[in-house]
Amino acid sequence: MSGLNIKEMTKREGPLCEGHRMCPGCGAPTAVRQAFMGIDDPIVVVGATGCMEVSSTVYPYSAWRVPFMHVAFENAGAAISGIESAHKALRGRGMFRENIKFVAFGGDGGTYDIGLQALSGALERGHDITYICYNNQGYMNTGAQRSGATPKSASATTSPAGLKLPGKLQRPKNLTEIAEAHDIPYVAQTTLHNPMDVITKVKRAVETKGPAFVNILVPCPLFWKIDPADQAQVCKLAVDSRFWPVYEVADGEYKLSYEPKKHVPVEDFLKSQGRYAHLFKRDAVRTDLIESAQRDVDAQWEKLKMRIQSSQR
Amino acid sequence: MSGSGLLKCWQDVPPGTVTFGATSREVETGLWRSMRPVLDAAKCVSCLKCWLQCPDASITTDSDARVTGIDFFFCKGCGVCAKVCPAGAISMCPESDFLSAPAEASRGASPGKAGELFGA
Repeated sequence: MSGLNIKEMTKREGPLCEGHRMCPGCGAPTAVRQAFMGIDDPIVVVGATGCMEVSSTVYPYSAWRVPFMHVAFENAGAAISGIESAHKALRGRGMFRENIKFVAFGGDGGTYDIGLQALSGALERGHDITYICYNNQGYMNTGAQRSGATPKSASATTSPAGLKLPGKLQRPKNLTEIAEAHDIPYVAQTTLHNPMDVITKVKRAVETKGPAFVNILVPCPLFWKIDPADQAQVCKLAVDSRFWPVYEVADGEYKLSYEPKKHVPVEDFLKSQGRYAHLFKRDAVRTDLIESAQRDVDAQWEKLKMRIQSSQR
Repeated sequence: MSGSGLLKCWQDVPPGTVTFGATSREVETGLWRSMRPVLDAAKCVSCLKCWLQCPDASITTDSDARVTGIDFFFCKGCGVCAKVCPAGAISMCPESDFLSAPAEASRGASPGKAGELFGA
């Protein structure tokens, strides 16, 4: 990707400004800031209900320098489609000259669960939009409930670890694969392990004609029970342990963005967070669940490798 | 509303549900801070890793894209910058160490709310 110069980026004011009320060390504002760093065109942002929307638009203040519209949990995909279509129609009548880009944000609650049908519809209709899911693997805005993105064995307030149950029992769904199944021009998965990865992927998604989807894993210090300062380190562990593979699919062609050099067991990633603390109790280490997490990660990695190989054939 | 300072009562709130852009810049989120990042300019190599990672856009840069400091009006003291710094130029110090330092808690000449609250 050419034309990316960090020094030049510092001279631009980002769409998300200071003074938003996200928690200290939250990964979501970092992801949103990085996402827009490489984009030069004017943008319109739609935010589904969620931490990002609630904390960046505390009435009567707004932390957005660009037109921002808050919609309900379930319809960010529909709202961004409508805005894009309206712009297209008005542009046809000569009311707009600029090339405006349309970006929707949703958390994993608003994307994996509640907003899935609106997102699916937007992707299927082929609007020229970018949908970014900042995925912190649970409903953080309402108090750490489990979502369809919460990984197996994680302790959330509606799937708490206790004497009977070891946290969430089910595996998360793979939304990036669901988006790929729509056969859209660009799908990517990334996290905060390397700022350039987020910047280039979102830039590419926004510049792609047609629908694009980017799934960004962001840590929530409160739910993941990590030190707020560790956001980049935990994301690096997620990538290195293959828990969260970073890859992109452009026009059906898979590309792995980063392949971990040395093998890091998923145990290291789980151990770094308090939401898995019940697996590592001194007198009762749940090796069965740790091994099952490793098996899931290995199977997911093999599946991805197969898809990469078959797309390059 | 923009530029008029912090809203004091409900009559100041504009009618309707349209808020104006970038007005959150009037909100001093620096009040949340319990640990303060201190930049050692001699060690800093201006790699901009802290600028890229800061959730609150609180790392200030000059026109040559060199890191000049940290905006304590907004910095929430999460410590992400200190952790990502490859040169070890940022260290986290307890905010209580700075209570006697005058007029530093805020941007510009005003002592800021933190200063007023703690009688600095």
